Amino acid sequence: MANTAPRTLYQKIWDAHVVERRDDGTCLIYIDRHLVHEVTSPQAFEALRLAGRKVRRPDLTLAVPDHNLPTTARRDGEGHRIPIKDAQSAQQLAALERNAPEFGIRYIGDADREQGIVHVVGPEQGFSLPGATIVCGDSHTACHGGLGALAFGIGTSEVEHVLATQTLLLKQSKTMEVRVEGELAPGVSAKDVVLHITGVLGAAGGTGYVIEYTGSAIRSLSIEGRLTVSNMAIEHGARAGLIAPDEKTFAYVKGRPYAPKGEEWDKAVAWWASLATDPGATYDKVVVIDAAAIAPSVTWGTSPEDVVAITGVVPSPDSFADASKRDAAQKSLDYMGLVPGQRLDSVEVQNVFIGSCTNSRIEDLRAAAAVLKGRKKADTVKWAIVVPGSGLVKAQAEAEGLDRIFIEAGLEWREPGCSACLGMNPDKVPAGERCASTSNRNFVGRQGPGARTHLVSPAMAAAAAVTGHLTDVRELV
Amino acid sequence: MEPVKEISGRAYPFGQKNVDTDVIIPSHWLKTITREGLGKGAFETLRQNPDNLFDSDEFKGSPILVAGDNFGCGSSREHAAWALLDMGIHAVIAPSFSDIFSGNAFKNGILTVVLPQEAIDRLVEVAKTDPIDIDLEAQTVTTPFQDRFTFEIDPFRKHCLMHGLDEVGLTLERGDAISGFEAEVRADRPFLAHGVDLAASA
Ligand code: SF4
Repeated sequence: MANTAPRTLYQKIWDAHVVERRDDGTCLIYIDRHLVHEVTSPQAFEALRLAGRKVRRPDLTLAVPDHNLPTTARRDGEGHRIPIKDAQSAQQLAALERNAPEFGIRYIGDADREQGIVHVVGPEQGFSLPGATIVCGDSHTACHGGLGALAFGIGTSEVEHVLATQTLLLKQSKTMEVRVEGELAPGVSAKDVVLHITGVLGAAGGTGYVIEYTGSAIRSLSIEGRLTVSNMAIEHGARAGLIAPDEKTFAYVKGRPYAPKGEEWDKAVAWWASLATDPGATYDKVVVIDAAAIAPSVTWGTSPEDVVAITGVVPSPDSFADASKRDAAQKSLDYMGLVPGQRLDSVEVQNVFIGSCTNSRIEDLRAAAAVLKGRKKADTVKWAIVVPGSGLVKAQAEAEGLDRIFIEAGLEWREPGCSACLGMNPDKVPAGERCASTSNRNFVGRQGPGARTHLVSPAMAAAAAVTGHLTDVRELV
Repeated sequence: MEPVKEISGRAYPFGQKNVDTDVIIPSHWLKTITREGLGKGAFETLRQNPDNLFDSDEFKGSPILVAGDNFGCGSSREHAAWALLDMGIHAVIAPSFSDIFSGNAFKNGILTVVLPQEAIDRLVEVAKTDPIDIDLEAQTVTTPFQDRFTFEIDPFRKHCLMHGLDEVGLTLERGDAISGFEAEVRADRPFLAHGVDLAASA
């Protein structure tokens, strides 16, 4: 079927995955890659078992535990597993360890070198590819869109559907272009870009859309930076985020364990290069952002849209036009223990978390280490941890000596996992205390009951560790 | 799923109105990793009474539940359907159901039968002493005393239940189309056609 009308990147990937189109516009969409972790999969596997069903394409499925794993040592001196104290966590982890081999799925174990956060492992292994449809029972699956893949989170019943059929029934989303034009100022990272975008669009601004991030500032980002941007698409409400694959993308993917090789590689690159949005294709909505206006950013509230520049102040609830926003802002300030007009760079933090699928790749750790090198964390910072996104990131960081920089600065160097991104494993922020965190959600209780989260970039988190308060990292470099 | 054609046997003469999903399965049961075993938690609060219906020798294990208006209201938890199924209930008869509950019930192969209140009152009486019979094909509920109530059901749902098709089952019926698509991918985009080399990583 020849299609000559100009199409967007999203439309091209969609069209290439339609198995069947129904009269009501619903499509049966083929899923190329399925990532599975321990939290949202047990009941899906159980349903298959009860119905006597198989996994249709175990080779397109990859299982790895991450959410519940403690980030402390997992084996004792003799190589025996150190038992996990929380019974629920242990049960979920054991279920995945049992289910994956039973259904013929490759399982990366808790002590394997390749283990890590699903959204770090997928791209790192070359399992996530440009132009692919990728799903996972996890809302931050949009992360893989940084490679130019159509990636989104699904619920447990959909996990079951994909396992059994390798497809999903979907309706097409609307499209939005978020174009960031211009040059990013020194000290401004991919995380600041996406925090800024979230502040501009609002937490629900992308609802119903798949967003394509375009513009010279986005193209200038490394692949790891693009993964950081796309990771937070869900924080401005979008189902998925996309960045067109280019030469940088191909260079990133090439040679990874599951990446195409030889003749297939050449075919792949030719197809990937054809996916970019055609000139003249239209989006349902376009938002343009001036890259030069983006400063190192930080959240002050309990929604990722509550973003200000580090040079700014805590806003007054009265500054919001609509009543529900004013109300929400007041509740946020009460929870966060902040007052309007307070300078953000005066806010003291007791905890620092560098990690999560947003910011735990090697470049993130390098950026944090660059700030921490030769410095020490402030005494008032009680707990500061660095959690690499995978065992391979960890090994790379150690080969570069980054671990020593962190340890000498007084930070803890941990095993890979979701860690303090969410209170599902032992890494939690104590109630009432603040954390400068490189994760993606500052929701009430996300890092533990009563914990107060300020979302920042890795360099900004490192700066806060040094000074003991939120800090404009540009003052330290 | 098992095809549902006829469900007959004893029925719980329950009759209670506005039974919400917290009554069907309290929230502390949601942390489980299985769908099975939830029958133990079904109607947990009601079952704290030693004389409750659900644990009585006479009714225990009955395949049918006769309930009141607005059955299954409250949260969207699919655990409510899992819990009923796990305690052996395959059909619920009531004057009305919450939409989400009946959707979840359907997904799990539980038949929800809507009958007017008078019919429910009569069935509660009969169920106390005798079995009742639901014939999905004929869309009737009958008793040994010549009572005969007919009910409406969405033809698509009826088809799915009678053939044991859930959503996954329905898509599996499109297996040929999916295989055809996979063949196209192998030809046009071979680099997407295979992911993990299971033999190599074993
Ligand atoms: S690191 Fe956080 S956001 Fe990412 S998958 Fe884990 S819990 Fe989810």
